[in-house]
Amino acid sequence: MTATTSPAPPGTEPGGLPDAERRTPRRRPRAQRVVERGASRVFRWTATGAGALILIVLAAVAVFLVLKAMPAMTASSDELVDGVSFMRGSSSLLDYVGPLVFGTVLAALLALLLAVPVSIAIALFISHYAPRRLAAGLGYVVDLLAAVPSVVFGLWGAIVLAPAVQPLWAWLGENLGWVPLFGGTVSPTGRVIATVAVVLAVMILPIITAVSREVFLQTPRLHEEAALALGATRWEMIRMTVLPFGRSGVVSAAMLGLGRALGETMAVLMIISQGFLYSFLLLAAGQQQTIAANIAAQFPEASDLGMSVLIATGLALFVITLVVNMSARAIVARRKDFSGAN
Amino acid sequence: MATTDTRTPGPAGPGAGSELATLLRQVDPRRRRTDLLMRVVITAAFALAMIPLVSVAWTVVSHGVERFDAYFLTHSMRGVFGGVDAGGIYHAIIGTVEITALAALISVPIGLLTAIYLVEYGRGTLARAVTFFVDVMTGIPSIVAGLFAYALFAVILGPGVRMGVVGSVALSVLMIPVVVRSSEEMLRLVPNELREAALALGVPRWLVVVKVVLRTAVAGIVTGVMIAIARIIGETAPLLITVGVADSINFNLFEGRMMTLPVYVYRQFQQGLIPCSAQDTACIATVTYDRAWAAALTLILVVMLLNLVARLVTRLFAPKTTV
Repeated sequence: MTATTSPAPPGTEPGGLPDAERRTPRRRPRAQRVVERGASRVFRWTATGAGALILIVLAAVAVFLVLKAMPAMTASSDELVDGVSFMRGSSSLLDYVGPLVFGTVLAALLALLLAVPVSIAIALFISHYAPRRLAAGLGYVVDLLAAVPSVVFGLWGAIVLAPAVQPLWAWLGENLGWVPLFGGTVSPTGRVIATVAVVLAVMILPIITAVSREVFLQTPRLHEEAALALGATRWEMIRMTVLPFGRSGVVSAAMLGLGRALGETMAVLMIISQGFLYSFLLLAAGQQQTIAANIAAQFPEASDLGMSVLIATGLALFVITLVVNMSARAIVARRKDFSGAN
Repeated sequence: MATTDTRTPGPAGPGAGSELATLLRQVDPRRRRTDLLMRVVITAAFALAMIPLVSVAWTVVSHGVERFDAYFLTHSMRGVFGGVDAGGIYHAIIGTVEITALAALISVPIGLLTAIYLVEYGRGTLARAVTFFVDVMTGIPSIVAGLFAYALFAVILGPGVRMGVVGSVALSVLMIPVVVRSSEEMLRLVPNELREAALALGVPRWLVVVKVVLRTAVAGIVTGVMIAIARIIGETAPLLITVGVADSINFNLFEGRMMTLPVYVYRQFQQGLIPCSAQDTACIATVTYDRAWAAALTLILVVMLLNLVARLVTRLFAPKTTV
């Protein structure tokens, strides 16, 4: 196709072929397309329209959020502070959003810190340690964690986990209180960001594990066998072949998990005792709050301007997760060419 | 992956081999210890992840089973106050079923048609953009989807709108990408020979897609849709801000607040322990938590049932091909 339609190479006679003959291969697909008429054409356009609708919906999400956030972004600071009951402590919109973004990122990163090592280990266990016959079943068991609704995790975290881990936090505060993270008065209820991070970690565990497991299973068998043949132990084989091969996959899995943790609402809302500070105290009550949980907490009773403020914070969350998710996808796409068995 | 035993390098003869094996074992105990240590660490990590799963399952079942009975399933919260030993989730079940059904009604045609577009027609920039943005759409936080639905209806109908259909739109935003992804995967599994054979017989393109491609992939698509429903049926945050809370039964998706199961769980939890006076023996201090656990049990049972049926559908109705 390309050979016949591209201009003739310099060595050959330009008028070697009659024009009509040279064009026929280009025309044929066009002629085929014309045959498609009536119901087939309607069907094609319906399907294409549905595809385009996805793009429209995503654009609409951005447009409508901006539209409803506009009043808050254009209002003066005085209007905001006077008109919105929950903004009393802050002087401007940025001043209000700042600590929320901080709390959101802090909780998500802590969760990631806890979840990634465990997820990698679980993925390795399923892909390289567990007996072959059990592996699929074990993978399904981990996926069960993803099926539990977030509100149930919130309920569990607040009623069961928080009292259960409180002694551990108290011990950390007593013995490692000189570490800035564990300083301050340890909350007697356990409803702190450290507990939130544990629950978020549990919630993002399945997705990180699932993606990592897929990548680990794709390690070229020959690499593994070569390592074993050189006398490597199983762990050395994993360190030398499986982990380098799966690195980019694990990175993107972690970022997908980060995206989930950033947007999680109910678990945070039900567990944390909220505060609006730039605080690294993980074990003290009333320090941080996340964007999503704050929206859910304030929205039902917010005034019109208050809703606008909350939608503006939601817009910030949308942008953050969009950036994280898009870079995760980009990493996968960029490394795809190099990660194959070449 | 069951690799062969790592320490024995496959002896040629029994004598020399075992000597080599013992030599290898004795020479480097440090490497062997590291290997053993990592095996223990990795197995322990798996066990660690099972703790929350078992704990969640156990607490939900053991706490929830107490109030989980026919009365609980068939009564609403109308007129229920304080620590009264009454109240149920009938209104929440109605709300969840209606809102989720409408969300599925919106998402399945759009998602399925998009998947058909991507597999059967999609070439060039638009197809690549759709693929990319479907991936991006899976990452939209559920609360943002709720805000979008609220903003959309607030612009059209004015502020303060709270009704079931807004929640359905919010859930559709979350459900569409899941349906697209799973249906696309299933449609790609349909062998090309089937399409070509049908086209060669002169069947129009749309009929090929409907009668051959969709017919072949129907089990997988149904499974995908059910798993997508299982994923969104537990969404709380978008419903909390778009549909609100209610204590009474409301069948109308287009008017007034409705209750849904996940929001019911949150609502009961939020009300906290009831302060009971010592004389009042009919008052149960923990009744709200008990209701929350029982509703959580219902929710988990529904999700598990959907997953289970989805698996059965794949097993029973998968096309019996040897390709």
